[in-house]
Amino acid sequence: MLTFIARRMIQSVLVMIAVGLITFGLLRFVGDPISNMVGQDTSIAEREQLKEDLGLNDPFVIQFANFAKNAVKGEFGLSYTLRVPVSQLLSERLPATLELSIMSALLALFIGMPMGIYTAIHKDSWLTKFFLSSSLVGVSLPTFLIGILLILLFGVVFRWLPTFGRGEVVDLGWWTTGLLTWSGIKSLILPTITLAIFQLTLIMRLVRAEMLEVLRTDYIKFGRARGLSMRALHYRHALKNTLIPVITITGLQLGSIIAFSLITESVFQWPGMGLLFIQAIGNADVPIMAAYLVLIAFIFVAINLMVDILYVVLDPRLRTTVGD
Amino acid sequence: MQEDNISWAQDMRRRIADNDIWYSFTHTPIAYISAIIGLSLIALAIFAPFIAPQNPFDLASLDLFDASLPPSWLDQGDQRFLLGTDDQGRGILSTIFFGLRISLFVGFTSVFLSLLIGVSLGLISGYVGGRVDAVIMRIADVQLSFPAILIALLIDGVFRTVVSKDLHEDLALYVVIFAIAVSGWVQYARTVRSSVMTEKIKEYVQAGQVIGLGSARIMIKHILPNVLGPVFVIGTLHLALAIIIEATLSFLGVGLPPTTPSLGTLIRIGNEYLFSGEWWITIFPGLTLIILSLSVNLFGDWLRDALNPKLQ
Repeated sequence: MLTFIARRMIQSVLVMIAVGLITFGLLRFVGDPISNMVGQDTSIAEREQLKEDLGLNDPFVIQFANFAKNAVKGEFGLSYTLRVPVSQLLSERLPATLELSIMSALLALFIGMPMGIYTAIHKDSWLTKFFLSSSLVGVSLPTFLIGILLILLFGVVFRWLPTFGRGEVVDLGWWTTGLLTWSGIKSLILPTITLAIFQLTLIMRLVRAEMLEVLRTDYIKFGRARGLSMRALHYRHALKNTLIPVITITGLQLGSIIAFSLITESVFQWPGMGLLFIQAIGNADVPIMAAYLVLIAFIFVAINLMVDILYVVLDPRLRTTVGD
Repeated sequence: MQEDNISWAQDMRRRIADNDIWYSFTHTPIAYISAIIGLSLIALAIFAPFIAPQNPFDLASLDLFDASLPPSWLDQGDQRFLLGTDDQGRGILSTIFFGLRISLFVGFTSVFLSLLIGVSLGLISGYVGGRVDAVIMRIADVQLSFPAILIALLIDGVFRTVVSKDLHEDLALYVVIFAIAVSGWVQYARTVRSSVMTEKIKEYVQAGQVIGLGSARIMIKHILPNVLGPVFVIGTLHLALAIIIEATLSFLGVGLPPTTPSLGTLIRIGNEYLFSGEWWITIFPGLTLIILSLSVNLFGDWLRDALNPKLQ
C-alpha cells in the first residue's frame, strides 16, 4: 500500500511541475514583463537594470526554481489591471467560491442519494421513470442555461429571489460569509441550485447503478432466504456497500464543482475566483490566470490523491492488488 | 478461395448486425424521433442561407425600426419575424439558423479531430505497448481527472493571451475547435487501446506479422476496422458534449465572437436583455440548444445500448 501511495504522490508532484511549467511559460513569455511594469519613458538602461534586478537574465532553471518557490508561497506578483497582489485577490474571492461549491455539493448529495436509492428499490414505479427521464434532461442542459432559466423564472417573472451578487456578507476577518444574513442566504439559493443540478443527476444515477448491482449479489439473496426484513437488507446491508464508489465519485466531483462554479459565477455575477479568472482572460491579466491555473490544478491533484488513498483504506481487497 | 470465404462470412455477419441495429432503430421511438429531430436541425443548419427569412449578417437589410420586436403571436409582433428580433433588428429565427450552422460545424469538426487524435494514440498505445503505452496512458489518466470543459477553457484562455487581440476574432473559431478536440481525446484512446489489446493476440494479426506486413498497415487496415464500433458511440455522445462546451465557452465570452455568433454567443448577447423583459432574444436560442443536445444525447444513448451485445 505504501508503494502505491508513494507512486501516486510522485505522479501528483509531476503533474504540478507540468502545470507550473505551463504557467511559468505564460508569465514569462507572453508579452514583455518589463513593459507591463514601467511607463514608456523608461530608458533602455533602466529597463536592463530592472531586468537584472528581477532576475530575468538568469538561466531558465533558476528562474523556474524562483517561480516555483514563490508559487508555493502563493505569490504570483501584481495583477496587471488591478495593481493588487494576486494572492490577496484570490483569498478575497475564495470564500465566495467555496461557500457556493460546498452548499451545492451538499444539496446534490442529500437529494441525489435518496433519489438514487428510491429508483433502485422501486424499479417500476412511475416516480422512478420520472426521475430517470428528467435526469437525462438534466445532463443535456448546459449549466449556464439552467441558470438563465432560473433567473427568468424567479428573478424576472416572479421577482422572488435576487439574481446577482452575494447580497450582504458578514466579514469574519479571515472569511466572508453570506450565510448569516437573510439577503445573503436568498442570493445563494439560485446559484446553488444551478450548480447542483448536474451533480445531482450524476449522483442519483451512480447510487442507482451501484445499488442495483449490490442487490443482485449472493449475500443479499442469502439474507433474504434467512428471513431478514427488506428494510434491513436495503438500508443496512446494501446501502453500506453502495457507498464506497459513491464517496469516491462525490469526492472527485468536489473538484468539478469548484471548476463548474466558474460558469455559475459568471451567470449570477457571483464574486468568486471563477468570475475573477474569466475577467482575467478577457483582460489578458496573466498573473491572475497563472495563479488560478496553479490553484485549480492543486485542488484537483490533492482531491484525486486523497480519494485514491481513501479508496485503498476503505476497501481492503484493493490493498493486495495495488500493493505491488 | 479461403479469402473469399472469410470476406463473405464477414460481409454476412455485418449485414445481420446491421439488420439488428436497424430493427432496434425502427422499433425504438426515442431513437428515431431523436434522429429525425437531430437530422432536421442539421438540415436547417446546412441550408440556412436558403431558408432563413432574413440574412442577419447583411447590414443593409437591417432596420433599427425593427429592433426588439416580440415574437409574432404577441402584441406588437411583426409577421416577418416569427420569433421576434434583437436589439439591432435581426430576426431571431434567422440568427438561430445561422447560429446552429456554426455550433454544429464546431461540434462536428472538433469531434472528428478529437477522434483522430484519440484513435491514433489508442492504436499506438495498444499495439506498441511498453513505455509508449505507459506514457500515453499516464497523460490520459491525468487529463481524465480534470473536467473536459475546464481543459478546453484553459487551452482557449491561454491561446487568447498568447495571440494578439486583432488576431482573436479571426482565429477564435479554430482555437475553440482545437481546445474542444484536445479536451476530449482520452475516451477514444482508452477504448481503442483496450480493444486493440484483445485484438492484437488474435490469429489474423499474427498472420499479418508472419507474412511481413508493416506495423502501420496492420494497425490501420486490419485492427482498426474491428475496434471502431464503440468509437461511434463515444463520438455521438461527445458531439452533444462538444456542442455544450462550445456554447458554454461562447456564453462566457471566451468562445466565438459576435461577428460569427454560435448559439452560445446568441444566448450571451440575449442575456443582457433578459431583465428589460426581452426574453425571446435569449430563450429561443437556448431552447434550440437544449433540443439539439437532448436529441443527440438520446440517440447516442440508444446507439450505445444497441451496439452493446451484453444488453441484448
